[in-house]
Amino acid sequence: MKPPPVPSLVTPLPMAAPDRTAVAARALRRVRLSWRTGLVLALIVAGAMVMITPFAWAVATSLKPRGAMLVLPPEFLPSEPTLDAYRQVVSRFPFARVFANSVLVAAATVLGQLVVCSMAGYAFARLEFFGRNTLFVLYVSTLMVPFAVVVTPLFIIVSRFGWTDSYLGLIVPGIFSAFGTFFMRQFFLSIPRELEEAATIDGAGTVATFFRIIVPLAGPAFATLGVLAFMGTWNSFLWPLLIISNRQLMTLPVALSTLQGLYPGQTQWNIVMAGTVLATIPTLIVFVLAQRWIIEGVAGSGVKG
Amino acid sequence: MYERGWRRYAILALFLGPSLLGMLVFTVGPIVASFGLSFTNWDLLTPARFVGASNYARMLSDAEFWRTLRNTVSFLVGYVPLVITAGLLVAVLLNARIPFMAFFRATYFLPVVTSWVAVALIWRWLFNPAYGVVNTVLGAIGVSGPAWLFDPNWAMPAVILTSVWKDTGFVMVILLAGLQNIPREYYEAASIDGANALDGLRFITIPLLAPSLVFALSISLINSFQVFDQVYVMTEGGPAGATMVLVERIVAHAFSYSRMGHASAMSWVLFALIFVTTVSFYQLRRLRS
Repeated sequence: MKPPPVPSLVTPLPMAAPDRTAVAARALRRVRLSWRTGLVLALIVAGAMVMITPFAWAVATSLKPRGAMLVLPPEFLPSEPTLDAYRQVVSRFPFARVFANSVLVAAATVLGQLVVCSMAGYAFARLEFFGRNTLFVLYVSTLMVPFAVVVTPLFIIVSRFGWTDSYLGLIVPGIFSAFGTFFMRQFFLSIPRELEEAATIDGAGTVATFFRIIVPLAGPAFATLGVLAFMGTWNSFLWPLLIISNRQLMTLPVALSTLQGLYPGQTQWNIVMAGTVLATIPTLIVFVLAQRWIIEGVAGSGVKG
Repeated sequence: MYERGWRRYAILALFLGPSLLGMLVFTVGPIVASFGLSFTNWDLLTPARFVGASNYARMLSDAEFWRTLRNTVSFLVGYVPLVITAGLLVAVLLNARIPFMAFFRATYFLPVVTSWVAVALIWRWLFNPAYGVVNTVLGAIGVSGPAWLFDPNWAMPAVILTSVWKDTGFVMVILLAGLQNIPREYYEAASIDGANALDGLRFITIPLLAPSLVFALSISLINSFQVFDQVYVMTEGGPAGATMVLVERIVAHAFSYSRMGHASAMSWVLFALIFVTTVSFYQLRRLRS
């Protein structure tokens, strides 16, 4: 005989017929969600077009022959694309030299900043000396002072050194960065002291500890400070504009700014845009390669370079 | 510090010496000198003459100075709200789990890494009254565009629009970093409680994003007091002085008219404006926390 069924403690629910309205609502929500994603995407693409169009228009203009820009209504794609404007820029202007100047100045400034700022930052983070905090506050407070305050006396000092129209004048003042020192100090403070204490027990001095233990750990900080310093120097305009008048020593932004005055009367926009495109390509390459460091560095520091 | 005696000082000199020397010569020295110069008349040829506070006093009655200050403020008033709104909008959109987010973020950031000179030249061409893209597009929708950089009323708006275009990506990455620190669970929890997207924006996003917003706002303000590159390339202060701004005038007085004292005094007014802005934001942040 079968045992009587054990009374269930839970009253079994009658199998619910699929609630059509609930299913429909769910489906509708999914549609609405993807509809919303679509709207977001459409807005983002529209904005991205606004960001890209000026660059595209610069490239299109640079490929037009002389006179083809002055057509109404303007045609977007050049009907007879030509590299003529690029030939003119390169022949009338020492573009290769100017490009090499920018590379040299940016590389030297970045290297100098990494060495000087990391060593000073380490001194502020770990070495103990009289007046350390006061001196550090002084460093940080110079960050508030706009460059316009410094620029006149700085120009006079650099002229007295005989550094106008020289690489030294372009590079040396850019090496001593209060921001870089501050940035490296904050990074060194985040490294556990135990690492350095272990090195001391092993008999390493401050110099050996810094170069063998600390520097190898500082890769990410060096990368971030390096890209910020690079962008700042590469795009720097006012300072090189003031101290360089020799075309052979101009950096890219300064040389580019002289292009619009190079043709009296009518600015030849195809040539100016060709110069702009040539000057922007290196920035674009660096940006694609170092995108992560650049965006994180800028977002974290608020420094535009 | 592990060394003793003279070695201690040798090591300190090695680590801090170069930086200290450079800061003294290229930053602190010039700051002190500039303050001193602001109380003199100096044309670089004859020796500087002490004139007390007369450079500052003269500014008060100098129409050009007031015009410059007014232009700088109108740049700021146009630029700051627009760039913060545009940056916030793009950041919120990019934060909404969409495909190709990194690609779009890079696209919006591209103008930030481009040099100001390149951007200013491109926009001078775009704003060309007859052949420029801007007026062509306006013409297509039946609006006859102004002469922009050649029109005293429209030159500053053109400079502002160009600056907003260039810096939207800058504000965006700061705010996007802030947005990405807000846990998604907050929104999920709120939506379970019946909150809609707008409630989420008002009660979760804005309060938690406030520190990033204040940061972006203060930096945009400080930067806009110092606007120079775009003005120099696009208008050189013109037409008819409509875009003369503080740094542009400081550079002109120092390097074109050799009025070092006047230029230095103006630069200290600029510093005072930036100082007051920075301190008020610092106080604001302290009040909040």
